[in-house]
Amino acid sequence: MSDAKDDDVPDISTARLARRHFLFGTGAAAAAAATEVGCEVGPPRGPLAGGGQVFGPGKVSVSIAVNGQAKRVDVEPRTTLAEALRGELALTGTKVVCDRGACSACTVWLDGVPVNSCSMFALDAAGRRVTTIEGLARGDGLHPVQQAFIDHDAMQCGFCTPGMIMSCAALLARNASPSLDDVKAATSGNLCRCGTYPKVFEATLAAAGAPATKGRT
Amino acid sequence: MADVTVRFPSGIPGVSLGEVERTIPAEEPPPLPTNDKLAVIGKPTPRIDGRQKVTGAARYTADVRLPGMLFARAVRSPHPHAKITAIDTSAAERIAGVRAVHVLDHVYDMAKVRDASKELPSKYPIVRYIGQPIAAVAATSQTIADEAARAVKVTYEALPFVVDMDAARAPNAPLVFPAAADEEETAGGGGSDASDIQKGNVRGPVRRTKGDVAKGFAEADVIVEARYRTQVQTHCALETHGVVAHYAPDGLTVYASTQSTSSVRDELAAVFGLAKSKVRVVTEYMGGGFGAKFGAGHAGVLATHLSKKAGAPVRLMLDRREEHLAAGNRPSSVQELKIGAKKDGTLTALQLVAYGTAGTGTGAGVSGPARNLYPCPNHLIDESDVFMNAGSGAAFRAPGHPQGAFALEQSLDELAEKLRIDPLALRDKIDVDEPGATQLNATARRAERRIGAELIGWSRRRPPGSDPGPIKRGIGVAQGVWYRFVDRDSACEVRIHKDGSVELFSAVQDIGGGIRTVLAQVVAEELGLAARDVTVRIGDTAYPIGTSSGGSRTTGSMTPAARGAAYQAKRQMFDAVAAALGVRADDLDAKAGKVFPKADPSRALTFRAAAAKLATDQVAARASRLRDYGGFAGPTGGSGIGGSGGVQFAEVHVDTETGIVKVDRVVAVHDCGRPMNRFGLENQINGGILQGISYALYENRQLDRNTGHMVNANLEQYKIAGAREVPQIDVRIIEEYRGRSSTDAGGIGEPATVPTAAAVANAVYNATGVRIRELPMTPPRVLAALAARGSQKDGGVR
Repeated sequence: MSDAKDDDVPDISTARLARRHFLFGTGAAAAAAATEVGCEVGPPRGPLAGGGQVFGPGKVSVSIAVNGQAKRVDVEPRTTLAEALRGELALTGTKVVCDRGACSACTVWLDGVPVNSCSMFALDAAGRRVTTIEGLARGDGLHPVQQAFIDHDAMQCGFCTPGMIMSCAALLARNASPSLDDVKAATSGNLCRCGTYPKVFEATLAAAGAPATKGRT
Repeated sequence: MADVTVRFPSGIPGVSLGEVERTIPAEEPPPLPTNDKLAVIGKPTPRIDGRQKVTGAARYTADVRLPGMLFARAVRSPHPHAKITAIDTSAAERIAGVRAVHVLDHVYDMAKVRDASKELPSKYPIVRYIGQPIAAVAATSQTIADEAARAVKVTYEALPFVVDMDAARAPNAPLVFPAAADEEETAGGGGSDASDIQKGNVRGPVRRTKGDVAKGFAEADVIVEARYRTQVQTHCALETHGVVAHYAPDGLTVYASTQSTSSVRDELAAVFGLAKSKVRVVTEYMGGGFGAKFGAGHAGVLATHLSKKAGAPVRLMLDRREEHLAAGNRPSSVQELKIGAKKDGTLTALQLVAYGTAGTGTGAGVSGPARNLYPCPNHLIDESDVFMNAGSGAAFRAPGHPQGAFALEQSLDELAEKLRIDPLALRDKIDVDEPGATQLNATARRAERRIGAELIGWSRRRPPGSDPGPIKRGIGVAQGVWYRFVDRDSACEVRIHKDGSVELFSAVQDIGGGIRTVLAQVVAEELGLAARDVTVRIGDTAYPIGTSSGGSRTTGSMTPAARGAAYQAKRQMFDAVAAALGVRADDLDAKAGKVFPKADPSRALTFRAAAAKLATDQVAARASRLRDYGGFAGPTGGSGIGGSGGVQFAEVHVDTETGIVKVDRVVAVHDCGRPMNRFGLENQINGGILQGISYALYENRQLDRNTGHMVNANLEQYKIAGAREVPQIDVRIIEEYRGRSSTDAGGIGEPATVPTAAAVANAVYNATGVRIRELPMTPPRVLAALAARGSQKDGGVR
C-alpha cells in the first residue's frame, strides 16, 4: 500500500452528481427499464468522461454509494470497481474469476443496471449507486431471488452464485414475469462451472411467481 | 464388544428388494430401512450453508484477508523448454513494498526423471512448459507483486520443444525428459509405475491381457474397428488454485482452495519438516476443483516459503491464465478400438490400443470403461503416455472415463447396427455382472435403461439420418461405469450440548457437492432433528481426519462416520434421560424433535429437555469409517462392493448446413447406493451432463505448435457451455441397497459425466448417419464428416 497521506489524495469531484441523480434517481427499475440487455457497461459517464483532468498514477479519493451507504475509497486510478469493493471495502461476496468480463462472476448493479465490476474503473463509479450481493437483502429479509436460490438449491460450489443472483434479480426488476428464455438470456454471461443452470432457471422463475417448469424449453 | 448379525435392505425398490445379512460390530448403529421410511435422509434438503452462499458471506480462500497479509505472484516461464542459466531478483527486491522473493529449487506437479543422475545438469529446475513456476514475489499489494514478478530477470537457454502429441511420438522428436520419468500418485489418483518402459517421449505401453484376443476375433461373426480422438480439457474451476499461508513460530496455518485439507497438510509438513500437529489447513468454502486440487502444489509451497521469509501471511492465488496453463487438465487420447461379437451380440474379443498426453505428467489411461463395463472373455489393452511440453494433466472428474466411454459406447452402437440389434437390447445382452466380480452394477443399469428409454421416448427413435431437411434430429444412448471408492480412515465427532444444540466436526471439505448438508442430514436422522438443527464444522485439519474429495468417495466415506458418532452421542444422552424417566436407555427412541420411551411415546421429552438431563455440559462421540461391512473395501479402503453406473440418453439436432450440434434434451438415470439428498444429487448430475456436453461440443485447449503458447487461456476463447447451451435435463435417481455401511451411501460426481459425450455422439450419428469420432464435435468437424460421408466405410451401415 502506498504511504500517501490523505491530503495528498486528490478528490474526484462529484460535480455531475446532481444531473446523474436526476437521470437515475427514480430507482433501479427505471434505470434498468432503459435497457433490455442483461449486462451493460455503457458509455463512459464517470468524472473522466468530460476529459481534461488527469489522475494518477498515485491514489485518488472516490466517493461511491455502496449498498445505500456513502463510501470513500483511496485507490490508484487503475483500480477496478471489483478490486475496490473486495480490497478496500471488504465486500468479498463479489467474485473475480476471469478478470476480463467473460464470466460475470463480478456482477454488481451500477445505478440498478448489472455490470461487470472487473471491467470498469472504481473511478467511473464515483458518485453512483453500487449494489453488491451484500446489499441485496433487507436486514434479515432475503431478496426473493436469494430465498429461491436456497429453496431450489440453485448453487453448488457457490462461487458464481453472487453474480448469478445479481443477474437474475436485475432481470426480475425489469421483467416481473420472465420466460425461461428470458432467464437464459439474463444469465448467458454468467459462467457456472458446476453446471447449476437448471436450478438457477427454476429458482428465478419461482421467485417471479412463475410455475417451476424445471428448465423446459 | 461382540459382533452381531443383522439384516440390511438389499436391492432396488420397484425392481427387486430383499435383505442381506451382515455381521457388524455391536457398537455400530442398527441398519437403516429404505428411504421411504426415513424422515430426513433422501429428502431434497436445502443446503444448510445456503444463506452464506446467497448473501456473499461465505468466505472462500480467495476472500481471506488477514492482518498484515502480503500478496504474491509467481514468476513463470514464457518458454516451453529451457535451461535457466541465471536468475537475478535484485531489481524486484528493490521495488518499494516487496517483502520477499523465493526461487523454487524443486518442481512440483510434474513428472521427474526416474534416475536423477540422468536429468540435465542445471542449477535451477529445467523448464518444461510455458507457465512453469520458477519463483514468486510477495509484496504489500497485488499490483506491486505483479510488477515485481515482471522485474525478476531470468536468463534462459532455450531448448527444442514439442507441443503436438503426434510430433512428440516421432522417434526424432525433441525429448521432454532426457530419460524415463515418473510422477507420484495424488489423492486424485494417477501415478506411474517405475517399471514402465519409456522410449523417447512415449512411456509404455502398459499391457493388460485376458484370454486370447486372436482366438476371440477368429470366433467373431462381426468386428467393428475404429480410431477415436479426444482433446485436452482444462478444469476451469471458478476459484483458481491458491492459498493464504501464514508461517508463524507456533505453526503453519494455510487457507487453501483444496479438495483435500489432509493432503495439503501432509505435503506441507513434509516439505517444511514440520510435525502434522504444527500444520493447520482450513477450507471453509471452496470454489470448485473437479479433480485438480489435491496436494499443496507449487502455489502452496511458494506461498509458505514467502510467508516464512517475510514473517507475514501471504496470499497466492493463480490468475485465470495461470490456471489454464499450470493447474491440471484432462489428458487427450487416441484410441484404436476393435470389438468382436457373435451374431447374438455376445462379445468375443476387445482390443484397445490407446495413447494420450498429459503434458509433463500424469497418466493418460482411458481403458476403465473397456475393462469394466461389459465382461468380455478376451481382451488386450495397450496404453501409453506421451510427454510433451505442456502443463501436467491432473485427475479430472472420472479420469480417463469420458474418453474411454466416447470410444466404447460409439463402437457398441456401431456393433448393434451391424448386428441389426437395438442398442438397448444389445446392452441387455452383454451388460451382465461377471461371477466373482466386485463391480456389480448390471442390475441397476438394466433398470436405468428401462426407465430412461421410457422417459426419452426411445420407441420414436428412427433410422439414422431420417430427417429429410437440413436440420436432422436424433436420439442416442450411452452408459457409464464408476467405482465404489471409500476411504476407511474418515472420522467425525458429534457433540450434543446441554442446551440441546448439536455440532459435528470433521476435516472433510465441501467442494460444492454438499457434504456439509448431507452430514447434517445423517446426524439429524439419528437424533430425530431437522438438518438445520445441526451445526456442521468442517474443512479444518484441527478436526477429526476427513477424506479427500476425489473418486466420488466423500459421501460413502464420511456418512457412516457421522452416523456412528451421532449414534454413540445419542446413546450417552439416552443414558442420562433413561435415569430421569426410569426406563432403560435401550428402550428410548428419538424422532421428530422428541425423545421418548418406545413403549410409551406419550412420555416424550423435547430433544432440548432431554439434553438438559445431561450430567455434563456436553456429550461427545467420535466414530470412524474404519469398520467396513462385509469386508468389501479392503484393509485401507479402495474399491468396495458395487459400482455406480448410470445411463444417459441424449436428443440432439444437427444443422447440416452450418455443422452446429445442439443438445435439446438429456435423460439421465443414475444410482449411487442410498441417495442422501436429492437436491445435491440432481445438481451434480446436471453438472456432470453439462460438463459432458461442453466437452463433447466446445472445450479444447489450443496450443500453438510454433511457439508452444496456449492461444485460448481465458474464458471467452476457451468455450464452455453456458446458459444458452443448457438442454432440458430429466434426472432420475434409483435407490440401490447392498448393506455396504451404516448408511449404504455413495457419491455421484464422477459417474454423472462418464456417458454424456458418448450419448451425444451416438445421437449425432442417429441424426445424421455420420459418425464423429473426434472431440470436440465442432461445426468444421461435423461439416467435414458430412462431406466425407460417401467415403466413410464404417458409417451409415443399416
